[in-house]
Amino acid sequence: MNRRLRIGLFLGGAALLAGMLVAAVGDLPGFGHYPGPYGILIEETGVAGTSATDLVTAVNFDYRAFDTMGEEFILFAAVLGVAIVLRRRRGERAEDERGDDHHFPGSSSALGALGLALVGPVFVLGAYVVTHGQITPGGGFQGGVVLAAAALIAFLAGEYVAFKVIAPHAMVEAGEAAGAAGFALVGLGGLIFAGTFFANFIALGTPGSFLSSGTIPISNLAVGIEVAGAFLLLWTEFSDQALVVRSK
Amino acid sequence: MTALQIGALIVVGAGAPLVVLVRDPVRQAFCVGIFGTALALLFFVFQAPDVALSQIVVSTVALPLMILLALAKIREHEEEEEERE
Repeated sequence: MNRRLRIGLFLGGAALLAGMLVAAVGDLPGFGHYPGPYGILIEETGVAGTSATDLVTAVNFDYRAFDTMGEEFILFAAVLGVAIVLRRRRGERAEDERGDDHHFPGSSSALGALGLALVGPVFVLGAYVVTHGQITPGGGFQGGVVLAAAALIAFLAGEYVAFKVIAPHAMVEAGEAAGAAGFALVGLGGLIFAGTFFANFIALGTPGSFLSSGTIPISNLAVGIEVAGAFLLLWTEFSDQALVVRSK
Repeated sequence: MTALQIGALIVVGAGAPLVVLVRDPVRQAFCVGIFGTALALLFFVFQAPDVALSQIVVSTVALPLMILLALAKIREHEEEEEERE
């Protein structure tokens, strides 16, 4: 295909797509004017129904917890896929992680100091976001990513070995699997104690207090561990490939 | 729509082509991180803090890091090939 034909095809396609997008945007309801009944219903009954003051979390981990479980297992399967593709093959060897011969160049002392200063606060922020999902924006997914980032900052500070100490491969793998299973178990608990999969079977408590919303904080904790484990496993596989795995 | 929302839309709209127009993959990894921060800001001013929270970490840390590590692996692979020749 020559250059002219390609550009012609692109321009035609792009014009068509742009026209359709403009037409679609013209038909959108105005910002904040949601036409369906579902959002209004949740707004009116959500806090009374779940005790969660963050209604996004209430929808994700109570009303539509089953959908969230699907999403969670998508992440689980995706990271599993990465781990399988990046496994150590025959004809590859790993350099000694603690030896002096790995190629990791380290980082400047300024980046090291900044990283060390940030590890603690970022970890606390992640733990806060995971545990307060029912009250304020956030929850297991967001907090889990922040938690994983805390361990990553140690890596960015130039301590590949420290990263391995904070987040050893076996623990990260176990965390990912246990978190994924934990969330599914909360759903099974609903089936056993309340007769419906993912029914909220623990006392709801006072809206706005830390220990409220029944199973929602437990689900968030499980998902937080799963997501932190998933991201750390992903980064471990990538950094191992880049830094210690060599062809023979 | 408020001025903040319009401003965030403009920054995101201008940032996306910039990421594509930078041709060096290493620089692209940094640009995509900055673009991700703008996107997180956009989500925040459109009242979706839940999405903005994960967007910050995923696009400013997770994605650029994976690109950089993949590039490091490719570069080292190329060096090994050259040594063999």
